[in-house]
Amino acid sequence: MSRRIHLMLVLIGLVVAWEGLFLYAGEEALRGPLETLQDTAKLLTTTLFWMHFGETARAFALALALAVCGGISLGTWLGFHRLSSELFVPMLIGFASVPKVVLYPLVLLAFGLGFPAKVAFGAMFGIPPIALSTIGAVANIRPVLIKLGRVLGLNAISMARVVLIPAVLPEIMTGLRLGFSVTLIGTILGEMFAARRGLGYLLMTAIGLHDVTLIMSLAFVLTSLAVSASAVLLSVDRRLRQKF
Amino acid sequence: MLADAATPLVTLRGITRVFPPIAGGGQPIHALGPLDLDLRTGEFFAVVGPSGCGKSTLFELIAGLQQANDGTIAFEGKPITGKVPDGIGVVFQEDSCLPWRTVRGNIALGLRKSGLSRAEQETRIEHVLVLMNLVEFASHYPAQLSGGMRQRVCIARTLVMEPRLILLDEPFAALDQQTRLLMGEEVLRVWRSTSATVFLITHALDEAAMLSDRIAVMSARPGRILDIVETAWPRERDSRILEDERFGAISARLWRLLRDETIKAADAH
Ligand SMILES: Nc1ncnc2c1ncn2[C@@H]1O[C@H](COP(=O)(O)OP(=O)(O)OP(=O)(O)O)[C@@H](O)[C@H]1O
Ligand SMILES: [Mg+2]
Repeated sequence: MSRRIHLMLVLIGLVVAWEGLFLYAGEEALRGPLETLQDTAKLLTTTLFWMHFGETARAFALALALAVCGGISLGTWLGFHRLSSELFVPMLIGFASVPKVVLYPLVLLAFGLGFPAKVAFGAMFGIPPIALSTIGAVANIRPVLIKLGRVLGLNAISMARVVLIPAVLPEIMTGLRLGFSVTLIGTILGEMFAARRGLGYLLMTAIGLHDVTLIMSLAFVLTSLAVSASAVLLSVDRRLRQKF
Repeated sequence: MLADAATPLVTLRGITRVFPPIAGGGQPIHALGPLDLDLRTGEFFAVVGPSGCGKSTLFELIAGLQQANDGTIAFEGKPITGKVPDGIGVVFQEDSCLPWRTVRGNIALGLRKSGLSRAEQETRIEHVLVLMNLVEFASHYPAQLSGGMRQRVCIARTLVMEPRLILLDEPFAALDQQTRLLMGEEVLRVWRSTSATVFLITHALDEAAMLSDRIAVMSARPGRILDIVETAWPRERDSRILEDERFGAISARLWRLLRDETIKAADAH
């Protein structure tokens, strides 16, 4: 069976399950798939939505940029520097498994309420998986390829371009995929508490008012975005690995 | 500038290599030497020795990938210091194809620093593709090739640089016996068709005896040169010299030299 048909079946299954759940739980708790689609279309025409969306998009883009740059630099440094990695990698793994919400009050103290706090919070989620995958990727570079680079007389820049970057890219890509999702989670979470703008904030007010229509539409928008972004990253990932 | 035939292409004098102890204590490892050696211009030179005796260390020292603790190495009269000299081509024991480049892309790497025009580069690449029987596989990726073919790509990448000295560190160790003999013949063919000097490290005595003009036998660690055996084969030769009666005598002599050292090396491990 081709991958596309597979995907279609999964989607149909999900919609059927959704409809079933709706029939079981009723109007109070949920909206059906069709209704949600209509509500979402309506939501997308409001300026209020786009204001919050823009805020979240800006925060997420910045958080992601920080997570990618920070994660890759940290991972590269720890990957190449044996001594620091012995000290810091266990700390990084520890940090990756701490529920970050616990640390949010500290982030708020450091950055205050508002935009910088949620950016920092998003980046906090994204850095560990990206750094860890980079460390793994660097550690997996075969020493003979570096020797080859020296035999070919490559300088530092060519060495990076011809040997190192292509060698680490597929593995880092996997970390980026994970980092992308958790940075999004972090940013939205950051908006759910102590923020006045953003989709996370909008979702929180909807929950407070028990506005099921808005909750469902927002959940639908966020899920669709996350799933399609993941799909794109996954296909890039696959393409990078396919050749070898 | 080429050295004339009388002066050696490579000279090693008093070469010693000691590895520092690994972090967390232990003894420094005296891997090699002191060792003197001359490579003559144009010869096919092989090195055999027990496992762990410092063959790869010697190889990397000549390639300029490592520095000796003591002694001097010169290539074409110029000392080798910290960088791979122009004119030296290297084939590693491990597969060193870049998996994300095609066969052609891998071979082209050898010409990055050549300063040749695009057309000249193409001509040279075509030439080595033919020489190493890789024409049909030019646009394949290494993962699509067998181990023997990948090693041929690595040899082709070295040959395309037209090196004056080709260093090979057990290039066929991972291959089966038949492929190994055939690859040996290919290297022999390449050696004949170029004027390059070949320095081949191997653990296979028959391979050394069949291919080489001279064979250095190394002692167990710290590696020193026990003896150098001359074969006096004609330049035109192939694996059929396996049937020559002198072949048996040379292999036997190599084995006599190596036997005690191999036992020593095995006991040390
Ligand atoms: N970077 C290093 N640090 C410490 N010791 C090393 C290092 N490289 C090699 N050695 C040691 O030096 C000795 C010689 O190693 P080398 O790789 O040159 O042996 P070899 O003759 O090529 O062995 P083989 O036949 O297994 O390829 C070995 O005992 C090895 O453990
Ligand atoms: Mg070796």
